[in-house]
Amino acid sequence: MAENIADETKVGPSGAKPRRAFSRRNILIYGTLIIVSLYYLLPLWVMVVTSLKGMPEIRLGNVFSPPVEITFEPWVKAWSTACTGLNCDGLSRGFWNSVRILIPSVALSISVASVNGYALSMWKFKGSEVFFTILMIGAFIPYQVMIYPIVILLREMGLYGGLSGLVLVHTIFGMPILTLLFRNYFASVPEELFKAARVDGAGFWGIFFKIMMPMSLPIFVVAIILQVTGIWNDFLFGVIYTKPDLYPMTVQLNNIVNSVQGVKEYNVNMAATIITGLVPLIVYFISGKLFVRGIAAGAVKG
Amino acid sequence: MSDISRRPPQLLRHLSGKIASIPLVATALVVFVGCTAWTVFYSFTSSKLLPKLKFVGLDQYERLWTTSRWLVSIENLAIFGLCSMIFSLAIGFLLAVLLDQKIRYEDTFRTILLYPFALSFIVTGLVWQWILNPDYGVQNIVRQMGWSSFTFDPLYDADIVIYGILIAGLWQGTGLIMCIMLAGLRGIDEDIWKAARVDGIPGWKTYLFIIIPMMRPVFITAIVLIATGIVKVYDLVVAQTSGGPGIASNMPAIYVMDNMFRGQNIGQGFAASTMMLLTVLIVLIPWAYFEFGGKKHG
Repeated sequence: MAENIADETKVGPSGAKPRRAFSRRNILIYGTLIIVSLYYLLPLWVMVVTSLKGMPEIRLGNVFSPPVEITFEPWVKAWSTACTGLNCDGLSRGFWNSVRILIPSVALSISVASVNGYALSMWKFKGSEVFFTILMIGAFIPYQVMIYPIVILLREMGLYGGLSGLVLVHTIFGMPILTLLFRNYFASVPEELFKAARVDGAGFWGIFFKIMMPMSLPIFVVAIILQVTGIWNDFLFGVIYTKPDLYPMTVQLNNIVNSVQGVKEYNVNMAATIITGLVPLIVYFISGKLFVRGIAAGAVKG
Repeated sequence: MSDISRRPPQLLRHLSGKIASIPLVATALVVFVGCTAWTVFYSFTSSKLLPKLKFVGLDQYERLWTTSRWLVSIENLAIFGLCSMIFSLAIGFLLAVLLDQKIRYEDTFRTILLYPFALSFIVTGLVWQWILNPDYGVQNIVRQMGWSSFTFDPLYDADIVIYGILIAGLWQGTGLIMCIMLAGLRGIDEDIWKAARVDGIPGWKTYLFIIIPMMRPVFITAIVLIATGIVKVYDLVVAQTSGGPGIASNMPAIYVMDNMFRGQNIGQGFAASTMMLLTVLIVLIPWAYFEFGGKKHG
């Protein structure tokens, strides 16, 4: 943009000079962006075309070429009959497990974190900042440091291996980022509003449900986007804290594709991979700018 | 507002606020402080199958640093870390600069560059495993084009396997860095650009000597983000190579997981995870010092 304005001033004051569409600068910028974009889109293309080919066509060997004969059989097989170990009911099992993990985890983690953020910004108590700081530092601790003692704690509570234990783990590890998100949002709410409600006799929960929640819907949406993609994509917690028949989709996908037995069916593998990536991709493409806002809030401040 | 004598005691004031903060306090104390301390503590014991309190001093650490598998993991972490740091920052910044040129279809380009970040490491690893497959993927295609001796086989060649993982990691993560950089570029005052233009400074020089130094906080955030992400790398390697061929693409996180949940050698796992924590601290403490310590001194 610097060069452009400079060029315009050199030409003189004869009115706005229409910018040429194919200036060298534009070709360079758009050319680079288009090439880079194609590179970024390539894996998605490869996934889709491979999943629509039959195995004979794949063996002819070009992962990038479009399918000559389109077949949806790999998708059907990946969804309903692909095997992991002894189970041969396909990815559908993992999909429903993931859904059963996702819904309570998202609901619980966001409820807890929104109340946390609200308490930390409006009802500060002695030491609340200390706990918040610990939480923020905790976000940087590698999970591997904490997972074993958590196994012991969950076992003591009788939650190890079940879905509720995993939900609890997601709530705990989602807490730092979500609490930060809500705390920063509530901190920007004018204090007069809070004081007025206090004078009118509203208490902790009254103010939260009647005033704060209705006016913070956008941030709830951002939090939901963040958690849906994060929890759906989780692998580590799923593999540690659940039993094989409750494995989430990512774990089952990895087991299907990287299983050593049998002939590798690349088309089924790619169909399974796409199906697993579909949920976060749909969330991403629908949410658009809110997704960016979510990761920016998490990344820049965290 | 109310009479001081009628105020409830300190502890009971705003009681529901405190009750509502119990999950926060419990998570901070039990998980982040408690569990971390527990692991560090037990890394000094000879725990094998189950944690037990038989102290052996630094034995676990000594064994750790003489195990070739751990040394390979550390070497991989160093190569992967250095490369992904440099490339993420460079590519992320360049893409952000390109998107910041008041171009058309900016949203479309941004959407395309960021979508891999929505995908899981498992999906990323499996796709790139397929693209880099020597029999059907890139290598085969170049050979079909007539260059029959071409070899590019990162996932089955122990010497270069880490670069195969790097390619996938960069594809997944650079979009995020680009977004952060773009936000940083947008935060720069237009007047700076005007002043540079008046002085006749060329665009690239303005970026290099004015804009980048001004974006220091953004770069530091990006560096901390990349660094902590690097230490955690686990799923990507599991999906792409399962740590192989042999032990060639092991990473510290994989070493920890195998010792804790497969090798029944949890003391080693604790020692290795404590080393991971130490790595994060080495990155984090200088950052925290500059970010928060500096403010107090003005």
